[in-house]
Amino acid sequence: MDDVYIIGTGMTKIAEHWEISLRDLLVEASLKAVDDASISLKDIEGIFVGNMSSGYLQGQEHLGSLLATWLGIPGTAACKVEAACASGGVAFHQAVLSILSGLYDCVLVAGVEKMTDAITSDITTALIMADDQEYVAGIGATFVGLNALVYRTYMEKYGVKEEDIALFPVHCHKYAQYNPYARFRNPISVEDVLRSPFIADPIRLLDSSPICDGSAAIILCSENFLKKNGGRDNLVKVLASSVATDTFSLNDREDITTLSATKIAFKKALKIAHIEMNQIDLMEIHDAFSILGVIHLEDLGFAEKGKGTMLIKEGQLEYDGKIPTNISGGLKGRGHPIGATGIYQIVEVARQLMGKFDGKQVPDPSIGLAQNVGGVGGTVSINILKRVR
Amino acid sequence: MIESIPRVWRERKYKYRLIGSKCKRCGKIFYPPRKVCLKCGSRELEEVFLARRGKVLSYTVIRSPPTSFIPYKPYIVALIQLDDGTKIFSQLTDVEPEEVKTGMKVEAVFRKYKEQSESGIIEYGIKFIPVIEE
Repeated sequence: MDDVYIIGTGMTKIAEHWEISLRDLLVEASLKAVDDASISLKDIEGIFVGNMSSGYLQGQEHLGSLLATWLGIPGTAACKVEAACASGGVAFHQAVLSILSGLYDCVLVAGVEKMTDAITSDITTALIMADDQEYVAGIGATFVGLNALVYRTYMEKYGVKEEDIALFPVHCHKYAQYNPYARFRNPISVEDVLRSPFIADPIRLLDSSPICDGSAAIILCSENFLKKNGGRDNLVKVLASSVATDTFSLNDREDITTLSATKIAFKKALKIAHIEMNQIDLMEIHDAFSILGVIHLEDLGFAEKGKGTMLIKEGQLEYDGKIPTNISGGLKGRGHPIGATGIYQIVEVARQLMGKFDGKQVPDPSIGLAQNVGGVGGTVSINILKRVR
Repeated sequence: MIESIPRVWRERKYKYRLIGSKCKRCGKIFYPPRKVCLKCGSRELEEVFLARRGKVLSYTVIRSPPTSFIPYKPYIVALIQLDDGTKIFSQLTDVEPEEVKTGMKVEAVFRKYKEQSESGIIEYGIKFIPVIEE
């Protein structure tokens, strides 16, 4: 794959932003990325906005044109990209493709979700739109509920206990406390997780990523753009960007404790990147629920099936461990503003690689991975980045 | 969700009567019915009645429901494998959450799901109850 570079990143803090609108979040993150890249807004030739539920939660669609206008650059090609919770990662993929096509040399990709305009039951209604509306949402299933079905099957199949799975959110909160952009800055214990109320048994409140608001943005450019606009000395290159799908709903799968799309997308990405998985120095994975974090470790091949929690116990996921994971705090700690999450992950990995992560810095990483998941694995996006100095 | 009468009406056959589709080439059965076989790619599928008994593969208790299901909380959602191998999502009813176990045998019954609103139509469908052995 030709060279595509990340030259600027921007994020808003993830919070319950009662005073900031969807469009102001988008504009804030985008302007930060533009300034970080030291480019002019007029350099942007294409805009991709990752978002899932603005239509339902704000009654607002057409976010591409909206952002172009509010950045003062109407005329620019722009669109919204939607793939449920993987909207951010897939928007990034489309942005990368647009540069690889040769048509654009400089594009903006921004993810945004503004969840707290709505009450919890309306957000629950929006989130299950990631699955079959007639035959899954239609019988009263919720997105948390579907993951709960996976959690119960996983526990019974592999004999893993709740107190082991609870180690994942504990790990995430431990690192979120250092990340100034994170939703939660407090450590939690296994006891805290197990004492928290059920949302959909066996998933508890502290197994679940929070309802929150946030926006993150990235400026991508081609080799050509760099040559014309002066080189930069601390850059990140996109080594691979891949997307895979699995059956839309869980009832069509043989084994609901494995997300095949993770395996397919990861295999494709490694091939495109020409690297082996042991060359990955850090990763951000999509722990929308504690059980998913554990399953991803296994599907990515870092642990055998049923053994994902061992990596946490052995300290392998720590910032100075064998495979530093979710050092941002992950979806549980940093937060999960749905369509923005995939972009946050890529920004965090990029800043780690540049050695300028605002939270706990991983010592001298070279290659990093971001995995963003839509639905219960109906879509998985994998992006692999490399430091270029 | 936007209220819709046609949407409920056009699915009634499959939601009320538990009809799926069977691949004529490989024999795999799907619910809801579809036009392309997920297993072998064949486009030759025919509608069939599904088995009305099966077992619970996994289940959960929905305590924080979507807005339209709030009056019914808490309720049990399960992934069920029918005796013909088909897997479907459904609610379990006439049973308390603490009585449910994976592997439990269940059978289909016709029940009310929800009201779209005070003046909206009532949605019905299949739920499952524990099998009472005679």
